Amino acid sequence: MAGPINWLSQVVSVTVFNIRSLPQRLGSSATAIFGIAGVVAVMVGVLSIAQGILQTMDNSASEDNVVVLRSGSNTEMMSIMSGDDARIISEAPGLARNESGAISSPELFVIINLNKRNTGTDANVPLRGVSRPGFEVRDKFNIVDGRMFEWGLNEVVVGVGALIEFEGLEIGSTITVAQEEWPVVGIFETDGGLAETEIWVDASVLQPAYRRGNSYQAVYAKLESPESYQEFKDALTTDPRLNVKPMRETEYYESQSEMLYKLVTGLGTLIAVIMGLGAIFGALNTMYTAVSSRSREIATLRALGFNSSPVVISVLLESLLLALIGGAIGALAAWSVFDGFRAATLNFTSFSQVAFAFDVSPTLLLRGIVFAMVIGLVGGFFPALRAARQPIANALREL
Amino acid sequence: MKYLYLVWSNLKRKKIRTILTMLSIMIAFLLFGYLGAIKQGFSQGIDVAGVDRLIVRHKVSIIQLIPQSYESRIEQVDGVVDAVHQSWFGGIYQKPSNFFAQMPVNPREYLAMYPEYLLSDEEREAWFSTRTGAIAGRATADKFGWKVGDRIPINATVWTRKGGERTWEFDLVGIYEGAEKGTDTTQFLFRYDFFDESRQFGQGQVGWYTVRVADPDRAAQTAEAIDAQFANSPAETRAEPEGAFLQAFANQIGDVGFIMMSIIAAVFFTILLVAGNTMAYAVRERTNELAVLKAIGFTDISVLGLVLGESLVLTALGGGIGLGLAWLLVSAGDPTGGALPVFFIPVKYLLGGVLLIGLMALVAGILPALQAQRLRIADALRR
Repeated sequence: MAGPINWLSQVVSVTVFNIRSLPQRLGSSATAIFGIAGVVAVMVGVLSIAQGILQTMDNSASEDNVVVLRSGSNTEMMSIMSGDDARIISEAPGLARNESGAISSPELFVIINLNKRNTGTDANVPLRGVSRPGFEVRDKFNIVDGRMFEWGLNEVVVGVGALIEFEGLEIGSTITVAQEEWPVVGIFETDGGLAETEIWVDASVLQPAYRRGNSYQAVYAKLESPESYQEFKDALTTDPRLNVKPMRETEYYESQSEMLYKLVTGLGTLIAVIMGLGAIFGALNTMYTAVSSRSREIATLRALGFNSSPVVISVLLESLLLALIGGAIGALAAWSVFDGFRAATLNFTSFSQVAFAFDVSPTLLLRGIVFAMVIGLVGGFFPALRAARQPIANALREL
Repeated sequence: MKYLYLVWSNLKRKKIRTILTMLSIMIAFLLFGYLGAIKQGFSQGIDVAGVDRLIVRHKVSIIQLIPQSYESRIEQVDGVVDAVHQSWFGGIYQKPSNFFAQMPVNPREYLAMYPEYLLSDEEREAWFSTRTGAIAGRATADKFGWKVGDRIPINATVWTRKGGERTWEFDLVGIYEGAEKGTDTTQFLFRYDFFDESRQFGQGQVGWYTVRVADPDRAAQTAEAIDAQFANSPAETRAEPEGAFLQAFANQIGDVGFIMMSIIAAVFFTILLVAGNTMAYAVRERTNELAVLKAIGFTDISVLGLVLGESLVLTALGGGIGLGLAWLLVSAGDPTGGALPVFFIPVKYLLGGVLLIGLMALVAGILPALQAQRLRIADALRR
C-alpha cells in the first residue's frame, strides 16, 4: 500500500481502461442499458399517472375554503341537506362576507352519462349546480371561450377537461337533462383542478330538473382566513339544528383522491419492483460477461501489483455508468412521451370521471434515476467480487 | 435423447449465465401472468356476463332511481322472461376502505336470476324466512372472518333508517360461493322488503333492473321495446346487454388493457434483447465445438436444432416458473385490497403464455441458430 493517492490513481486507471474497452462489449452493454431504460420508463410513466391525479386534486383545493357535507357522507354524491341547513351554515361565524352576504355556495352534484371520446362508451360526467357565491369561492374560475350561463336559464358551461374527454360538449351543442335539451354556452378553466372535468349550471335550475325541491348536497364556502376554520367548525358541530360535517377543502380533496392514488401507486410500484428484478438479472449477466471476458487482463493487473479494491470499484463504476445512461434514457423517454398526456378515469370515491394530465415531475425523474443506480449497484456488486477473488495464477493460465 | 443431453450440458457449462437468463425470462412471464389477472380484474367479469340478461337503468345515469312499479311493466314486454331490481346501498362496514357492494334485493327472484350464486337449501330457506337476513359472498366473508349467525352492522351513507338512525344491522344467514372462477363473490345482499320499509325516504324506488330475455339473439329488439315502454315518462330508461353494460363501466376506468399491453410489450422487448444476446454470445463462444460436431457427422439441420433446442429449454424453464409464480402470487390475493372483485389468471392467458414461450424461444434462438447452421467447418476450425 503506497498511500491513498496511489490507490486512487489505481482506481482511475483501471476504470478508464474498463470504460475504454466498453465498445468491444457493445452488445451486452447495450442490453443492460436498454433493460434498465425500459424499467425506468415504465416506472416513471405509471407513477406520473398517480402524480397527475394528485396534482389535479391539489390544484382544486384552497386553504381558505371549506366544504360542508351531511355527517356520515364521504362524498358530495352521497350527501343531502335542506335549504334551511344551507342558510344556517351561511350564517356561521368565520366565513368571509361581502355586501351581498356570506361567500357560501350551496350546491348540487349529480352525474349524467356522456360518451367518452377514446372508447365511445358511457362515462359518468359530473354535473354541478352552483349558486352565485360559488364563483367567489373558486376565484380561479375563468371563462376561456363563449360566455357565462345566465342565472335562471337552463344553460351550462363546461370545463376544459370535460370538453377534451367527452363527446358533445362543444359550444352550441346541447346535453339532455331531465328530458330537456340544455345548451352549452361557454368553456371554463379553473387553473387545473377537478372542476375542469365538470359541467356547471345554476343550482336553482338543477333543483327542479332533478326534483330536489329546496335541497342541496354540499356547501362550499370561503373563510375569513385559514385560521378561522376552528371557529366555523365549532359553530356548525355544536348547532343542534344541524347534522353536518365541515372539512377544509384540502382535506376533502385529499380524501377523495386517496383510494385512486393508492391504487395507481401500489400497482405501479409493484410492477416496477418486479421489472427491476428482471433488470438486475440482465445487469448481472452483462457484468459477469464483462468480467469473465477480461479475467486475464484483470489478473495481469493484479500480478503487476494492483490491489483488489480498485478492481472491485472499477467494475462497480462501470455498472453504475451503464445504469446511469439507461436510467437517463428511460427517464427522458418517459418525460417526452407521458408528460402532459391527458386522460380521464373513474374516481371510485366520487363515482364520477376525473380528467387529469400525466405529470412527470423532477422528483419522479430523480427517483427513476436513483432506481436505475440501485439496479446498477446490485448488478455490479457480485461480478466485482468475483473479479477480485479470482486466483491470479488460474486466471492467467485460462485460455 | 442424445440431443437433449447435449443441450443440457451446454446450458450447464456457464451455470450463472444460464440461471440469470432464465431468471430474467421468468420475470417477463411472471409479469405477463400477473398483469393478465389485473386486466381481467378491471374488466369485472365481462366474460361471465349472462348473454340472456339485460341491464335497465335510468336514461340519464345509474345514480338516478327508477320506480319499483316498472318491474311488472318490464315483465309484460314481449320477449322478457323475468325482471329483478337491485339498488346501490353504498354503506360502510367499520371503515370506508373496507369496500364491497351491498344491495337490497328480492331474495327469491334474485337467486333465480343469478344461478351462478350458489347457496345451500338451508341457507336459502333461512334467508327467505328472516326479514333482517343477509347473505355475503365467500371472498367478503373470508376477508372479514364472518360466519353464518353473525350480526353485521353497516353504516348508511345515504339510506338512513326512519328516525335518522344510520346503523343497519343484518343477520348473516348464508355465504354464497361462485359457480365459476370469474363470479363476483364480494357482494353483500339483503332483503328489499326490510330495506324499503325501514328507510327514511325514497320508498318504492330502486336502482336498476336485470332482465332475462327469452331469446338472446333478439336481445337488442327487446331492449328497444323496454325503452319504448317508458319513453316520455318522468323516468326514461336505457336497456342494454349485461356484457355491454359491464364493458362500458370498465372503459370508464380507462383503457387498462392498452396500458397493460404496453407494459408487457416493453418488458418482452427488453427480455428478448437479453435472451437473444446471451444466445448469440453462447454460440459465438462455441464456434469451434460446433465445427467439431459438424466434422464428426452432425448435419446442418441438427446443429440448427441443437441451438434452437437450447433456446427453447431455457425459455420454457424460465417461462414455466414465471407463470407458476404468477399463479401463486395471484392466489395470494388482490394487491389493491378490494378494488378488484375478481382476481385470477384466466386460462386463455396461461395458454397465451405457453404460446409466447415458444415464440420467444424461436425469436431469441433463430439468428444464432442460423449462424451455427451456416458455419463452414474449415473456417470455423481455423479460428
